[in-house]
Parts: sequence; C-alpha cells; structure tokens
Amino acid sequence: MNPPIIRVGDLTRRYEMGGETIHALRGVSLEIERNEYIAIMGPSGSGKSTMMNVLGCLDTPTSGEYWLNGLEVSRLGDDALARVRNREIGFVFQTFNLLPRASALHNVELPMVYSGLAAAERRGRAAAALDRVGLANRMRHRPNELSGGQRQRVAIARALVNEPSILLADEPTGNLDSTTSAEIMHLFEELHRQGQTVVMVTHEPDIAAHAERVVTLRDGRVDSDRVTQGAAA
Amino acid sequence: MPLLEAFRMALETVVAQKLKSFFSLIGVFIGVMFLIAVVSIVQGMNVYVQNTVTSEIGGINSFQLRQRPNMVMGNVTEDMWREWNRRPRISVKDAAYVRARVTVPARFANYCADPVSISYGTKVAKQIELRGTEESYFSLKKYNIADGRAFSGEEVRAGFPVLVLGSIVAEKLFVGQEPVGRSVTIGGLPYRVVGVVESQGTTFGLSQDKFAIMPFSAPARRMICPIGVLDQLMVSTDDPATMQAAMDQVEAAMRIRRQLRPQQADNFTIQTADAALSSWKKVTTVLFTALPLLVGISLVVGGIVIMNIMLMAVSERTREIGIRKALGAKRRDILAQFVVESATLSLLGAAMGIAAGILLAYGIKALTPLPAAIAPWSLGLAVTLGILVGMVAGVYPATRAAKLDPIVALRAE
Ligand SMILES: Nc1ncnc2c1ncn2[C@@H]1O[C@H](COP(=O)(O)OP(=O)(O)OP(=O)(O)O)[C@@H](O)[C@H]1O
Ligand SMILES: [Mg+2]
Repeated sequence: MNPPIIRVGDLTRRYEMGGETIHALRGVSLEIERNEYIAIMGPSGSGKSTMMNVLGCLDTPTSGEYWLNGLEVSRLGDDALARVRNREIGFVFQTFNLLPRASALHNVELPMVYSGLAAAERRGRAAAALDRVGLANRMRHRPNELSGGQRQRVAIARALVNEPSILLADEPTGNLDSTTSAEIMHLFEELHRQGQTVVMVTHEPDIAAHAERVVTLRDGRVDSDRVTQGAAA
Repeated sequence: MPLLEAFRMALETVVAQKLKSFFSLIGVFIGVMFLIAVVSIVQGMNVYVQNTVTSEIGGINSFQLRQRPNMVMGNVTEDMWREWNRRPRISVKDAAYVRARVTVPARFANYCADPVSISYGTKVAKQIELRGTEESYFSLKKYNIADGRAFSGEEVRAGFPVLVLGSIVAEKLFVGQEPVGRSVTIGGLPYRVVGVVESQGTTFGLSQDKFAIMPFSAPARRMICPIGVLDQLMVSTDDPATMQAAMDQVEAAMRIRRQLRPQQADNFTIQTADAALSSWKKVTTVLFTALPLLVGISLVVGGIVIMNIMLMAVSERTREIGIRKALGAKRRDILAQFVVESATLSLLGAAMGIAAGILLAYGIKALTPLPAAIAPWSLGLAVTLGILVGMVAGVYPATRAAKLDPIVALRAE
C-alpha cells in the first residue's frame, strides 16, 4: 500500500483570547490515502474549519505533527509553506474568496503567477481549468457578473489548476441553494472519479453521503471515522 | 513574481481607483512639476543670456577693452563703482597704441554709442542707439545686410555721414518706402542711408533693431562720445585658440601705456563673454540650490501621502492579501507587489508632473518674455525621483502586508 498522502498525529490548536484559552483541536490523529473522498462533519465549533486550515497550511498547529506527501509540514518556514500551498494544496472556501476586480481567467491564473509560469502558459492552463468546470464561456467575467454556483466553479478551477495533491473544501456549498449545491457536489464527485483526493467539510448528511468516508469531529477530537456507502456507490 | 506582472497589477489597481490615486499623487506631482518648470526656465534663461552676452561681445573669440564692465550680473559694491569712475576713459590713441601691439591675427573696431533722435521729414524716431564704429563691426557682430550695403573702410577714414539702420528704424521712418539713398538728419546734421541690417528679433520683448550705425568719426560723433575717446575697443581673433594671447597682449600694452607698476591693478577692463557669464552662473547656482529644497519638501510630503495611501490600501485589501497568500504568494511576492504599486503610483504622479511642468514652462514662455528650454536631464531626474519616492514610501506598508498571517488576512472583512 502507498504511504498516506496526509498523516497528522496528535494535532492541537489553541487560541488565546482575552486570557482565556480556547482548544479548537485537542489532539487529532488522522491518515488520508491518495484518491480518498472524505467528508468532515460535526457540530458547529467542533474544530472542522480549524482542522482544514491546518491541513491547508493556512494555519499552523500549536503542537503535533503534520506530514503531507512525505514532507513534515509542521516544521516548515513561511516561504516553504507558501510553496506547499501553491503546489500541493487546492483550497475551496465557503465564501469563494475570488479577487473581485479580476476576471475569472485571471483569478484562475493567480496560483500559476506565484509558481512563476510564463503568461502564455498560464492563460492556456487557466482556460483549460475553466473549461473543465464548465465555464469556458465565462472567462472574461468578473466575480460580480457570475452566479454563486459559477463563482464556486471558478474557485474550484483555481484550486485545481496547479494539480494539487489534495483538494480541500470547507463547506463549499454553504452559500449556495440546493440545486446549485447538487451541481457543485456532482463536480466534486467527477473530480474524485478522475483521481483527485478530496477532503470536504459539510453540515449536510446527504452531501456527506457522496463521500467514501466520514470523519466526525466533536469538541476538537475525532468522534467517529467510518467508511460509508459512498464507497460502494 | 516577475516584475512585469507586479507592474501590470499596480496599473490595474491605480486605474481602478482613479480619484484616490490622483490625490495620493499630488505631492509628487507638484514637486516634479516645479522641478521641470524651474529647470526649464533657468535653462532657457541660460541659453538666452549666453546668446545675448556672446552676441553682444561678438562671439566666443571676441573681447572688449573698456573703461569698466557694462555686463555685470553679480553684486557691484560702492567701492567698485567709485574705482571704475576714477579710471581714465579709453582714448582713440590708447586704441591705436594697443592695435599696433597685437600680433595675433585679429579684427578691431573702435566703438561708441548713445541714444539719439533721427528724423526724416516730419517723422522722428526717438531713442535710437547711434553706434559710431568701423567697417569691421558688421562682421564682428555677424550682422547681415538686408538692403543696400554696409559702409566701407574709406568712408570710415573720411568720416562720411552715412548710416546703416536697424530694420525697425527703417520701417518707422520710411513706412513702405525704399530707405536706401534717402537723407535723414541727426541733431541737424544730414546723413545718407546706405543700408539696412537684417532684423535681430526681440529678447525679453525688446526689439534688438533700434539702432543706427555710422562711421566712427562721422559728424554726429560728438553726440555719442567726447572727441578723442571711445566706449570700447572691440577685438575678435580669427582663431578662438589665440584669444587668450590677444587678451594678454592688449593688457600688457595698456599697462605699459598707462605706466602701471606691477603691484597696481588694471585701470581698464577686458570684458569677455565668459567673464560676463560667470556672474550669471552665480545667479543660476543660487537658483539651483534653492530648487532641490523646494522639490525635496514636495517629494517628502508626496512620499508621506503615498505611504498613508498605501497603508490604507493594505488594510482595505487585507482579504486580497490573504487570498494571494492562500494561493502561494510568498512574503517577497506581496512585498514586491505593494512596492511596485507604490512606485507605479508615484511614477504616474511624476509623469503628470512632467507634463504639467512642461506646460507651465511653455505657458510662461508664451505669456512673459522669459524663455524656456526643457533640460533632458531634468526629465530623467524626475522619473528617477518619482520611482524612488514611491519605492521608499511603499516599503513600510508593503512590509506590513507581507507579514500578514494568511488565515488572519482571509478572515478580514
Ligand atoms: N481565530 C480564532 N480565535 C479564537 N477562537 C477561534 C478562532 N478560530 C476558531 N476559534 C474557536 O475554535 C473553535 C473551533 O472553531 P472552528 O471554526 O474550527 O469550528 P467549525 O467546526 O468550523 O464550526 P462551524 O461549523 O460553525 O464552521 C470554536 O470554538 C471557535 O470559536
Ligand atoms: Mg467552519
């Protein structure tokens, strides 16, 4: 068996707030294999977003270890982390987080700007990524000229464009209506079928049902970790 | 991140925030505008002064032997005035003595001038500078004859009452009629017009054509200087390289003639274009020392404004910075982005300042007699200063942006 793409051990994350210590993660251990499709669930405040931010190298754990693709990320410096975010991770946010003044194409180009690709190649790959999420005819549009679902597709194209090892999505359908949500979920399934490793936070059990494995957090700890019918389906 | 990309992003941002960008540029704009305008005007005056002084004296290979200087732009003290007035005037005999002792190939012209009135029938031209000189004067001053002829050496030796007029004098007296061959009177003495000098144009709005030239010893001579003396002996060497030698010979001859002891100073003046210009150069030096102060203050203020605008931009765009970091921007990418943006902003201000400065300079040139000439070095300096101010002003805000924590930045509203 291949080594896991992600392995975290006894991960903790504490926040100090006005003399009070908040334990967002209280020791999470988890392994994620290549090409898995995992849903992370749990009540509000259970530490799901904190977990995703740490996995996405946006946040650093207070203690514990985090291995990504054989690299001990928890020991990396600022610039090395930026490089990991750029090459290894595709992050999809609930609030899309697109640059409002840039076209869809330019938004998707952005990760490649930071990996130092030439403009022509960037444009070509960004266009291909937009095509892959069904937005070939919306490349020149700005985010405010797109629907919520389309915006999230742009964000997904952007997350995929540097061919990351792992696609992380924190409530990607949280701001979308149910029809659009279904479309976005369909897209994730499609990507997973093409070999993409996906970790997704969701509140909706029917969305989680698409996944092969559901990890439930409670109070900063893994409450349950089980394989579902998604795998069979 | 490549520089071009940062530059393009900077332009996009600037264009997206036109008004705010404009206000943030105002300091740099004003500083650069002054830089360009003042330098152009001083430079223009330089060119002008150089041209007039040089042409007055008769070119760079010319000088004048005088009782005292008549082109002084620096400070003249009371003592200097008194000493000048005590000096004996240059006599015709002095001039002849000196001329005989210059061995370097050169042309000479005795010269005297004063304003007079010239009449033709009922028409009178007042305040016309009557110049008594020799035939070599025309070539010394590089005057071209537009009509008729210059007077000859024979006419000079005989003291013939002939006149060569400045173009404006001819126009005034003869309105539309042919001037050559007509008879005019100066102080009751009849003169025949033999030629007209091509127009010399205007400087500082003053016509350079209000003159009449006659042989040095023509009858009206006593009206412009006492018999036996002259205002100046004009000397022009054929070769500029021999000018210094000629000046030395003139000085030595004069000292011998005036029996000056070695410790005594010259009681005459040898005036060159360079000497006359040196005092003007002092004036421009003062101007060019004051200018950096003015420009410097504007640029510092401009830099502070830009820094504040950039700090505002960083806090307004915290989320954008978060997004960029989440996508893999390193600290130096964010740093470069904001420094380049700041420099672009400032450069834009400088560019507008250059345009406004040139306009201002030409506006002043059109509306006043002050000339203007754009100095290329001032444009280069303006661009460099513009970029530099922007970069320096951008460093602190950019550093703040670069240090932002990605997750904190992403949560910003
Ligand atoms: N920056 C922060 N400063 C202080 N406390 C924080 C911070 N971020 C998260 N927390 C706290 O950590 C805990 C876990 O938060 P987290 O955002 O991970 O929850 P979540 O499971 O994503 O919840 P939700 O389903 O509502 O999104 C919460 O108690 C939250 O208040
Ligand atoms: Mg959350």
